[in-house]
Amino acid sequence: MKIIVCIKQVPDTNEVKLDPKTGTLIRDGVPSIINHDDMNALEGALELKDRYKDVEITLLTMGPPQADVALREALAMGADRAILVSDRAFAGADTWATSNTLTAAIKKIGSFDMIFCGRQAIDGDTAQVGPQVAEKLDLPQVTYVQKIEVTGDKVTVQRALEDGYEVIEVKMPCVLTTIKELNTPRYASVKGIFEAYREKTVENWTAKDIEIDPEIIGLNGSPTNVRKTFTPEPKGKGTMLPGCDKDTVCDLFGRLKEKYII
Amino acid sequence: MSVKILSDKCLGCKLCMKSCPFNAIEIKDGKAVLNDNCTGCGACETSCKFKAIEVEKVEKPVKDLSAYKGVWVFAEQRNGKLMGTAFELLGEGRKLADKLGVELSALLLGSNVAGLTDELIHHGADRVILADHPELKLYTTDGYTKVITELVNSKKPEIILIGATNIGRDLGPRIAARLDTGLTADCTKLEIDDEQKILLQTRPAFGGNIMATIITPKHRPQMSTVRPGVMKKMVPDSNRKGIVEKVEVKLEKKDIRTIVKEVVKSAKQAVNLIDADIIVSGGRGLGGPDGFKLVEELAKELGGVVGSSRAAVDSGWISQDHQVGQTGKTVRPKIYVACGISGAIQHLAGMQGSDCIIAVNKNPDAPIFDVADYGIVGDLHKVIPMMVEEVKKVKEA
Repeated sequence: MKIIVCIKQVPDTNEVKLDPKTGTLIRDGVPSIINHDDMNALEGALELKDRYKDVEITLLTMGPPQADVALREALAMGADRAILVSDRAFAGADTWATSNTLTAAIKKIGSFDMIFCGRQAIDGDTAQVGPQVAEKLDLPQVTYVQKIEVTGDKVTVQRALEDGYEVIEVKMPCVLTTIKELNTPRYASVKGIFEAYREKTVENWTAKDIEIDPEIIGLNGSPTNVRKTFTPEPKGKGTMLPGCDKDTVCDLFGRLKEKYII
Repeated sequence: MSVKILSDKCLGCKLCMKSCPFNAIEIKDGKAVLNDNCTGCGACETSCKFKAIEVEKVEKPVKDLSAYKGVWVFAEQRNGKLMGTAFELLGEGRKLADKLGVELSALLLGSNVAGLTDELIHHGADRVILADHPELKLYTTDGYTKVITELVNSKKPEIILIGATNIGRDLGPRIAARLDTGLTADCTKLEIDDEQKILLQTRPAFGGNIMATIITPKHRPQMSTVRPGVMKKMVPDSNRKGIVEKVEVKLEKKDIRTIVKEVVKSAKQAVNLIDADIIVSGGRGLGGPDGFKLVEELAKELGGVVGSSRAAVDSGWISQDHQVGQTGKTVRPKIYVACGISGAIQHLAGMQGSDCIIAVNKNPDAPIFDVADYGIVGDLHKVIPMMVEEVKKVKEA
């Protein structure tokens, strides 16, 4: 069984802070991590590899050269092969253009039985790239996957809904996008880390390598454009109540009552 | 697009650095230079007072976009019942359609769902496009995508809005990819540009740390998903009249490559954060899962529900369906009590629309106090029990 796992290196947006003076983002020192949902996608593939013979896991990412670190980390967890698709021409891509690039790379990889993606990345939160790759490869998709079972070429999954889940059956080849509920990602072993840096390699592919039409990639190829970006305006500062004892709480409820809030 | 900095005009004033959302401009030898982070977005162009930044825009042959007219809203139903998001989108779609002077249509797919059309018209639809077919009873990616893309290709709407539910977020990208058009996820604000009559789609980006306004200038339809709870419904008017257009559905079993074996409702009561009037939320400051007992007690006394920050969910203290914020739910209750939540921007993105925000945190510099109406600096383990007592007193009085 051949599984392609698409991952993305993202800034840890929980750690991003605003400069209180200028209101702009402080990006320095924000750590880069493998996107959370993608870790679950990888773990899902690794669990299948633990359970079945002949499972081969290929990692695929589009990103800047620094994304090599993310791929090494994922290799250390147990993936077999890693491909970094990197080119200035891909910069500024929206989800449509990104999925074109990933699709072209997957076609170059050639044979596979399943593609796992995280549901969404914490820096964009769109959840669009997985389904769009599925569409461009003309494959069935199941998103929000929280459980996977494989029998022959049949995959039975649980797809999370807001108020429960669906049990869905799909045949390989297919695309699954995974959520946190699927599993708990493992830690890399010392041996794994050693191998990821000493024995395994990260293959670097450019736009030319994946033979893609420059009109459908990067910012120029993207149907959506950013017209402007701005920092959300903070709402006017409220009232800080003095102290933190019974009187303070009493004061708070007095004010709430006065304004008919409670 | 590509960005060029003309070094002969650049004075090194650094104004452009602030305008760059990607931290791609540095000052070297007193001149601004672009580094590898530059995506060519052009956001810096207007920041330069000395015309030292040139943005080259590549003009491509423009498709005929004028053939696309009207606003469509995907009226999601499950089990023969319309989702709240359908009405919210109609409320928003109504405004957009009126501004453009075009028709607002609700797109209703299902099996034996003709009974739902009145409700859609009462909530603002001029027309309901009804695709009724046994194979559309349950949502499937393949079935719904095929029917909707064929309708779009024949009727050519200029705007399509879809609720960002677990179903809408499965369907939207698939449709956009098949139609080769753009899709902007999780929009929090939609407007029509006065001059160009195009859709301005504003959404949080970078984990809610910045807002971005996105346009789809050369592709149609312009597609957005909108989070449940963000837009306001219209007050339904049972005298409103509209057209129900039943369309022919060509769909066979073999078109659908997934089989829904079973739909299981979660045994536990789903947390309804979106409709709650009062939410008491806890964050990392609770110190552990036990801290949520305090939060639950206060919520119970106030008649509200329990929310949480991402940090508390990531720590495994509470399940994800309680999460408020950019990756969780967007809420706008009457009262939002934030206990031990520092106020990461991605959390604020999901709750700052609340009518009254009360924050309790031991750190006086916590950003949550910037959005709070009332702030108490102190140990929540002491303050919350006192609040519980006070609520009891208020209720007795």
